[in-house]
This record gives sequence, C-alpha cells and structure tokens, in this order.
Amino acid sequence: MVEYDKPAVAIKEMLKRDQVLSAGHRMCAGCAAPTVVKLMGMALRGPTIVCEATGCLEVATTIYPYTAWEIPWIHVAFENASAVASGVIEATKAMYAKGNYAHEHVDVIAIGGDGGTFDIGFGSLSGMLERGHDIVYMVYDNGAYQNTGIQRSGGTLPGQETTTSWAGKVEPGKRQKKKPLTEIVAAHKIPYVATVSPGYQRDFITKFRKALEVEGPAFIHAYSPCPRGWRSETGRSIELSRLAVQTGIHPLYEVIDGEKYIMSGPSKRLKELTPMEEYWKTQGQFKHLFKPEWEEFRKQIQVDINHEWELLKKKCGI
Amino acid sequence: MSKKYDEIPIAGNIVEPGNSKGYLTGGWRAKKPIHKDETCLWIKNGTCGLCWIYCPDNSVKLIEKDGKYSYEYDYDYCKGCGICANECPTNSIHMEDE
Ligand code: SF4
Ligand code: SF4
Repeated sequence: MVEYDKPAVAIKEMLKRDQVLSAGHRMCAGCAAPTVVKLMGMALRGPTIVCEATGCLEVATTIYPYTAWEIPWIHVAFENASAVASGVIEATKAMYAKGNYAHEHVDVIAIGGDGGTFDIGFGSLSGMLERGHDIVYMVYDNGAYQNTGIQRSGGTLPGQETTTSWAGKVEPGKRQKKKPLTEIVAAHKIPYVATVSPGYQRDFITKFRKALEVEGPAFIHAYSPCPRGWRSETGRSIELSRLAVQTGIHPLYEVIDGEKYIMSGPSKRLKELTPMEEYWKTQGQFKHLFKPEWEEFRKQIQVDINHEWELLKKKCGI
Repeated sequence: MSKKYDEIPIAGNIVEPGNSKGYLTGGWRAKKPIHKDETCLWIKNGTCGLCWIYCPDNSVKLIEKDGKYSYEYDYDYCKGCGICANECPTNSIHMEDE
C-alpha cells in the first residue's frame, strides 16, 4: 500500500486515494457505516490491517464468496476483535524480526459495533488498552444489535424501542441510560480518545489520523445512523449523525491521556443544544415517546442530557 | 451471481481483494438519483464533492479530465438511498422513481 504523509481532507486529495471498502457490499441502503469506513480510509498513513468483531459491517461486507475489503482484514468472533488485533500486531513484529515480513510497522485497526464493543467485546477491549498495544479501536455505534434483529445494547439510548426493549403500555422502550463507554475507555489513561460523526467529515478524518499517530492505544467512537433499525429515512443518515451532535447525545470531543478534555469545533460552536424532540421525531423507534403518558420520562431524558452537557463543558474548561 | 463449486479457489479462499464488485446491488434501488450539471459546484470549479464523500456505495463518479469536470452515477451499485440528494448544498440532485 502507498504511504501518505498527510490525511486526505480536501475532495481532490480524497479522490486520489484508494477505497478501503468496495461497492457491491450488502450493507442496507442508507447505512452510515460504509461512509464511516470510507472516512477512516482517508486518514490511513500506510500498510494497515483491520480486525473486526462480528457485526453488521463484518457480515454484510464479507458475504461468501465475496469481500468488499481492499486491505488485509480478519474476523474471528464477536468478543475478541481487540485480542485478535493485539495478536496481529505482535505477530507482525515477530515476523519482521525473523525477516519474514516487509514492514517494520503496520497500523492495526480494530472495529466493532456497539454490541461488540459496549457489551460483548468490552473485556477484551479493556485488556488491549491495559496492555498498551499500539492499536486504534473504532466503534461504529448504531445504538443496537441491528444485524441480529435490532436488540438493545449498552449503547442503546433511553427511550429507544428495540425488539428487546419494546415500547407499550408499561414501558417506554429502554429505561436505562447509555453506558458512558468513551469515559470508561478514557479512564484507562490511554493516549488518545475521540468521538466523531461522519456528518463532520473533516473533524472525523483529522481525529482518526491523530489516533493512528499516537504511540499506544487510541479509541474512536463514531456515530453511525441505521435507517432499518431506527425506522428513519434512508437519505437522512448523515443529517442524523449531525443532529446527534447538535442535540448533545453524541458531543464531539477528545481526551488526551485520560485527563485533558478538548471540545471539538462542531460541538464548541453550538450556542445551545437542539431539543431532543427534533431528533426523536425523525425516527420510528422513538415515536411512542410523544404519547402523553411518557411526558415525564421524556422531560427527564432532556434533563439528563443537559446535565451531561454541562459536565462535559466543565471538563473541557468552557 | 453465485459461483459453482469448481469456480471457487482451492480451500474456498477469496483471492481477490474487493471482489464484491462482482455483486451488483443496483437492483435494490426503488428511486434513482438524477444530477443536474448547471448548479453543481464540482462541475463549476471542482469543489464540494459532498455527494461523493457521503455516498455509502461509491456510486458517485466525479471525473476530471483535461481540466474539465464531469459527473456520473454508477447505477450498477447505487442503492437509491438518497443521501447524495439530501446532502447536496445546491439542490443539484433529485430522486426519481425507477
Ligand atoms: S442514492 Fe445513495 S447509493 Fe445512490 S449515489 Fe446517492 S448516496 Fe450513493
Ligand atoms: S453535493 Fe451537489 S454541488 Fe456538491 S458535488 Fe455533489 S452534486 Fe455537485
């Protein structure tokens, strides 16, 4: 693979790059995950190996006898993308030392969905961070186990309806909060953690490049709208990834060494948060929230989001 | 589009990166994007390209040849999601029923 000394952020630079993921993959129409991978590709700096957890992206890009991946890629299981990535990076080092491998350094990226990261692969992720492996882990967060039939995950939002958190007379969808995964990862005191959204592609690509460049583990939390599971319009996925930032449910920021918080441009520029109603009404999975009986629940969600937003601003010193 | 047993490489390996290009997804489309050159910023001066950046199926083709810019869709793969039409800042794309 060619080496790039800079990430591609301008359109003409992007057009010169090889695609990481080819057309002909079978991700649903309008799914944002292929765009997330495309933007990741714009940040690459040279030879790269991708290790993937089970998930939509894994299943639908590699339906036998096809693969959409243009770069080396491995899938083992749901729970161990981080462990596999650790093995891959150690193997390349050992092979290089024995003269069996061309590259002294290869970038290793692990990718998982929210199910594979917040829940199933959480232990192996924590292990990888603790061992300090020089790997970038990216979660593409579409808020549920969409691939297996839209089941609730640790990444599911309060009030979100899934097939294991039905909304009905007694329940308003998921009652619990979303697991603060980015914070938990940052608490491992790794060199670089950042949240990104494909709708802010410049911010996305720049952060991903930083993640590759730091020595040691880095973590990227990418928001990834899912029209099928969310019951949203296929054409609005990128717009929704921006709305998630504007409402404050996916604020954009960086954490350096687990200590230094930096609010990123698109979030910093917000005068105030967009009310959650604007987000909910774009998706069938939230439509029950507008029933009168969930008014209190709805209000409480907004109160919690505002509270988290103020906390984050404080951490970022603004 | 599926392969017969004797066309599959030994041990079932996939030997060609990105061979999913052999699987055409254009048949999924219910609506198709239609582009108009007159207002498009790529055609005008080779800028913007947001439709290309966001298309999840690499189906927007931005072409630059001899200092001239042109624009095409690859309808072999375009799934008709409408992201390009929704994101275009100059409303140069609209969706039509197939
Ligand atoms: S409709 Fe969707 S798949 Fe087709 S070109 Fe536009 S963004 Fe790409
Ligand atoms: S988004 Fe619109 S203006 Fe921009 S390049 Fe595409 S069609 Fe042209």
